[in-house]
Parts: sequence; structure tokens; C-alpha cells
Amino acid sequence: MKPKKLLKDYFWTIIFAVFLAGSSVFAFEPGTKIYGNFYMFFVEMISFLPLMFILAGLFDVWVPKEKIEKHIGPESGLIGTFWVIVLATFQAGPLYGAFPVAYILSKKGASVRNIFIYLGAFSCIKIPMLAFEIGFVGLKFSILRSLISLPVFIIIGIIMEKIVEEDYKVNKV
Amino acid sequence: MQILIITSAVCLLLSLAADKNKTLDGTMRGIKMFINMLPTLLTVLALVSIFLYLVPNDTILRYLGRHSGALGVAIAAVIGSVALIPGFIALPLAGILLHKGINYSVLAVFITTLMMVGVFTLPIEIKYFGKKAAVTRNILSFIGAVLIGILVGMFI
Repeated sequence: MKPKKLLKDYFWTIIFAVFLAGSSVFAFEPGTKIYGNFYMFFVEMISFLPLMFILAGLFDVWVPKEKIEKHIGPESGLIGTFWVIVLATFQAGPLYGAFPVAYILSKKGASVRNIFIYLGAFSCIKIPMLAFEIGFVGLKFSILRSLISLPVFIIIGIIMEKIVEEDYKVNKV
Repeated sequence: MQILIITSAVCLLLSLAADKNKTLDGTMRGIKMFINMLPTLLTVLALVSIFLYLVPNDTILRYLGRHSGALGVAIAAVIGSVALIPGFIALPLAGILLHKGINYSVLAVFITTLMMVGVFTLPIEIKYFGKKAAVTRNILSFIGAVLIGILVGMFI
């Protein structure tokens, strides 16, 4: 990568780093507190996101396009929707971790509807999150919230398909 | 998190056993995508850290517990959309709120918007899905989350 591009890409990160370093030198309290927050978010991100990307990369080289197209493509119907929901529930982490997977699925021919249903299922009914929710908020609430979410994010997927163009593809980042 | 680590390890080993070059290719693709994402991601995390300093979690809690009904739902929806609180912190917080007697609808709206709607992560989402799709998805999810909350409140 060219140094100039690197500088441009990381401009705000560098400013932020300088601010944090300055705060630590001058014991500027807001700065050190912000560092604490940043550290928490960074640890959360770094402990799962690289793995998600590596899994996405492996998925990319191993799973043939025809398979994905057949099972969760535009012609796949309800069974396709079922499969993307199952895939999503077995994942963990914040929603932005699902974006690279959505990109790979889209590249391999998943339908627009299923891409957005995948994102909906990922945010609403991931099993690791559900386990947490049941523990802290209770079984009845968690099951009710999940059951009601299910049709809502499926409908959102259907509306998304109507709104974006037919040849819509998720971008590579 | 352990599930993800174990799954990744198993996939990597299986992949390595089947084809070394393909594994290397796939892993490199993944790492490259991650590195391309990193600058935007770090900027987003920096912004969220500053936001969390300005509006700490206990402030969020206080506002969430204060109102019920339509106002409570509206406040929960806005806070949930803006905040980026990791699940392992948000759900224990939700448990505390429940013991303090928070309304179920308000809680469901907060959890759902928190997970589905991301104002701060919008720059990342736009990179992947384009402006139109990313913004539409967030608006629809916002509406959907409010609907989920109202229904949970009705049925519980």
C-alpha cells in the first residue's frame, strides 16, 4: 500500500491516537475515559472479526457458486429462507460482523431477499445472544421476542428486495 | 465467542487437510478484506467511544427506566438505534432494568433496535450495501423494532 493512501485511510485514527496519547501524558481525564471505552470496543471487535473474515474467505474458496445459487438463490423459496436463518443463528458478535458474510453470499448468488433476511436473523435470533438473553431477561420474554421478530425481519427482507434493483449486489470492501 | 473460535479452528484444520493452497488463498482473502475494513472500523469505534463518554451507560439506563407507554418506546428506539453496546453488556443491563420494573415493550424495543439498527455503523454498512439499501434497511428495521416491542408488550 502507498504511504499517501495509508495516511489518508488512517487520518482520523491517527488524530484519535494522538489525542489519546496526549491525554495520557497530561492526565486529561475525558481522554483516558474515552481510551477505556475504545479499548473495550476494540477487544470485542478484534476477538471475533478477524475470524469472521477468515471464515468468509474459506467459504469463498470452498463453496461453489452453483450450490449457493441453488439453495439460497432467487428460485430457492421458503427452504432457502430457512437455510439463511439457520446459518445466521449459529453466529455471534455485532451486526457489522455479518456484512462480510453477506458480501460472500451475495457474490455466490444468494437472492437479495435472503441476504437481508440473513442480516435480520443475525441481529435478532443468534443463539449465543439468545442464551444470554434467556439468562438475564427470562425465557418467556426471549422466546416471545424471537417468535415475533421472525416474521418482521422476513417481511423486511421481502420489502428490501422490492426496493433495491433486481441486479443488486453487495459491494466488496 | 468460544463457539466461533472452535468453529474457525475446525474449519481451518479441515480445509488445511483437504487443500493447503486453497486454505492459504481463502485465509489471505479474509485477512485482506479485514485490513481493507480496518480504517473505517477504527474510526467508527473511536466515535462510539467518544459518544459513550458523553452519554454513559448509567445515563442511558436512567432515561430508559423513566417513561413507559409511547414516550418510553420512542426513547428506547432512539437510544437503541444510536448506541453500540455489545450484547454481553446490554443484556445484563436489560436484566437490571427488568428488576427495576421497566415495561416489557420498552425493553423489547431497546434490545431489538440495539441489535438491528446502527446509526454509528452506517458508514461501514454503506460501503457494503450502498447508501440506498443501507439507509432503507435501517429505517425498516427501526419501524420493525417498534412493532416487535408493541407486540411483545401485548402478548406477555
